[in-house]
Amino acid sequence: MTIDWINFTPWAALAGGVLIGAAASLFVLLNGRIAGISGLLASLLETAGEGRSEKLLFLLGILLAPLLWMLFATLPAMEFQSGWIGLLVAGMLVGVGTRYGSGCTSGHGVCGISRLSPRSIVATVAFMVAGFATVYVLRHLLGG
Amino acid sequence: MRKLTSFAAGLLFGLGLLLSGMANPAKVIGFLDLAGAWDPSLALVMIGAIATALVPFTWARKHERSLLDAPMQLPTKRELDGRLIGGSLLFGVGWGIAGICPGPAIAMLLGGHWQVVLFVLAMLGGMLLFSALERRRAC
Repeated sequence: MTIDWINFTPWAALAGGVLIGAAASLFVLLNGRIAGISGLLASLLETAGEGRSEKLLFLLGILLAPLLWMLFATLPAMEFQSGWIGLLVAGMLVGVGTRYGSGCTSGHGVCGISRLSPRSIVATVAFMVAGFATVYVLRHLLGG
Repeated sequence: MRKLTSFAAGLLFGLGLLLSGMANPAKVIGFLDLAGAWDPSLALVMIGAIATALVPFTWARKHERSLLDAPMQLPTKRELDGRLIGGSLLFGVGWGIAGICPGPAIAMLLGGHWQVVLFVLAMLGGMLLFSALERRRAC
């Protein structure tokens, strides 16, 4: 294994992680809710449901965060490595997969592991392993 | 008040995603590419987030009501079943293809890239597909 020292950004990653953890903590301490983005999105797709405005406002906060960011700094680069077919397939898999799996990186990976949930630990291991395997296949077996 | 705290927590969450590097698909794939030049940054994002959230979530597990007197709504399921594992594997494959997961997808949506718009539409389509399949299963 070789470490990509050029792109490694330990301090920004740690600080960003602390902000994400603090935001998830505020949401559970104040609102009693899990900051799981796939779950919040899915519940807004349903016609009825409890706490719609709180869920919507949390997502709206994420959506508008780049505008707040741009008041102080330029947005970080967003580089895409897949074409439209890849994005379409990936989006579908993420949509279906997070519903069957009851969560994603935020709900399982951050909130679930923080509450020491065995389900979330298993889910996080599963999506990490699948992610590592997929990139290996696409980049090193098929991509060359 | 709870609406305001929802919005503020969401904003903070989004800023964290942007700062962490999660809102750059190339960086996410750099983390998932163990066999190439590996960028460990996202492991530190997880460590920072979990280290920060561990004590608050431990408190939440022991309380019925939040500090603003909302019911504490924590997941109650316990089973480690095929749906959990299979769904998470599918999610991981999608995450590995595009380098995008749901939170960063929302944080990047106003960034002016068509790729994110397409990804989010496909993701919502996938969620609706799941709901449709569940309704058929229930019939």
